[in-house]
Amino acid sequence: MSTATVDNNHSAALDAAESTDAHLITVTLRVRRYNPEVSDQASWVDYKLEMDPKERVLDALHKIKWEIDGTLTFRRSCAHGICGSDAMRINGRNRLACKTLLKDINPEKPITVEPIKGLAVLKDLVVDMEPFFQAYRDVMPFLITKGNEPTRERLQSSEDRERFDDTTKCILCAACTSSCPVFWNDGQYFGPAAIVNAHRFIFDSRDEAAEQRLEILNDRDGVWRCRTTFNCTDACPRGIEVTKAIQEVKRALITRRF
Amino acid sequence: MSADTPVDAVELTSTSGASAFSPDNPAPVIEPPRARTKRTPRATRTNFELYGWLFMRLSGIVLVVLVLGHLLIQLVLDGGVSKIGFAFVAGRWANPFWQLWDLTMLWLAMLHGANGLRTVINDYAERDATRSWLKALLYTATAFTVLLGTLVIFTFDPNIQ
Ligand code: HEM
Ligand code: SF4
Ligand code: FES
Repeated sequence: MSTATVDNNHSAALDAAESTDAHLITVTLRVRRYNPEVSDQASWVDYKLEMDPKERVLDALHKIKWEIDGTLTFRRSCAHGICGSDAMRINGRNRLACKTLLKDINPEKPITVEPIKGLAVLKDLVVDMEPFFQAYRDVMPFLITKGNEPTRERLQSSEDRERFDDTTKCILCAACTSSCPVFWNDGQYFGPAAIVNAHRFIFDSRDEAAEQRLEILNDRDGVWRCRTTFNCTDACPRGIEVTKAIQEVKRALITRRF
Repeated sequence: MSADTPVDAVELTSTSGASAFSPDNPAPVIEPPRARTKRTPRATRTNFELYGWLFMRLSGIVLVVLVLGHLLIQLVLDGGVSKIGFAFVAGRWANPFWQLWDLTMLWLAMLHGANGLRTVINDYAERDATRSWLKALLYTATAFTVLLGTLVIFTFDPNIQ
């Protein structure tokens, strides 16, 4: 602090402000906890934390796990909205804990954190994602072509690329599928995420198996179970127009059949 | 983040009494109603659901005209419900246009409603047996109503005693 430049004075003042914890607020995180090694019942547990409102729900979960109760179990990897590990139901809405700032979800009231719905809860916020990924695998989410391998890359015009750009953004977090009431009902519906990822290849000009994927989604538990609830579009942390993608698959099916 | 932040964890609901569960004997996981497996869903390879979906929308459009028109004629125009009687029905069914109107409305509304309830049953019935029974009941009631209604429209006798 010896060099008295304007900048340094400013940052010293800031340092002082931050070291007084004046910016911290008390938030209550109400977490739905379940540990099959202790009980067959899930229960709500409240944690009171001193947090900066600009921090994220993931930071609050970290604080609990690292400083209060190390048994709290949740998935996260990248912590920056890319890996899709930490979708959870926060204040009743599916979101990524790493993309949800405390100040954006009214930290004055207790913030509820639950596992996403419609999938078996294994422990605390961790669910069994297998049925979700089974539906994903069932739509063949990989490039399928006929004929010989080209010796160079498969070219595509920017218009053709634009056609399915939105659905390439999916990070498979399951926020959409686990927000869909049709999926909650019986878990047999392919679900928005699988349809989004089918859409990504159905409308790819380089792919040649659109017909097969459409046939799969034309079946009993395919796109026709969608009731246009729009929960998926609201839930998607990547801002994908999920319901629109589903409707485009429906339209492709109808125009192919008639 | 300072380590000496005051924190207190409050247990809201205590878990079920003396714990019979342990790492070697864990409780069953909390399952959703039915889980998707490798073998489900069964492929049927038909366009039935596509036609069902289209039918709901097309019949819906026609039903807007038929049902609203029906309600207007029956309940609003010419003195409302008070005019409805045997003579009123006989008078309308003397005209093939109204016969056709009512016939179309009967078939479309019944099939539309039945297909809608089929969806509801598929969604909410949890056991296969419940689902089959509810659907059997639904299809029987639908067939009965459609056939009886059709019979009446075509064999209606205005001079019946
Ligand atoms: C008046 C004009 C009508 C229109 C425009 C209409 C339209 C529709 C549409 C588009 C659906 C499909 C919804 C979806 O797939 O998400 C639907 C569902 C349904 N409709 Fe109609 N409908 C009409 C009249 C009727 C009538 C008269 C009945 C009863 C006989 C009926 C009973 C149902 C039922 C039970 C469902 C299923 C509800 C569900 O899927 O949750 N509707 N209707
Ligand atoms: S579509 Fe969106 S909400 Fe659904 S899995 Fe992909 S990123 Fe998640
Ligand atoms: S931790 Fe990777 S998306 Fe949130």
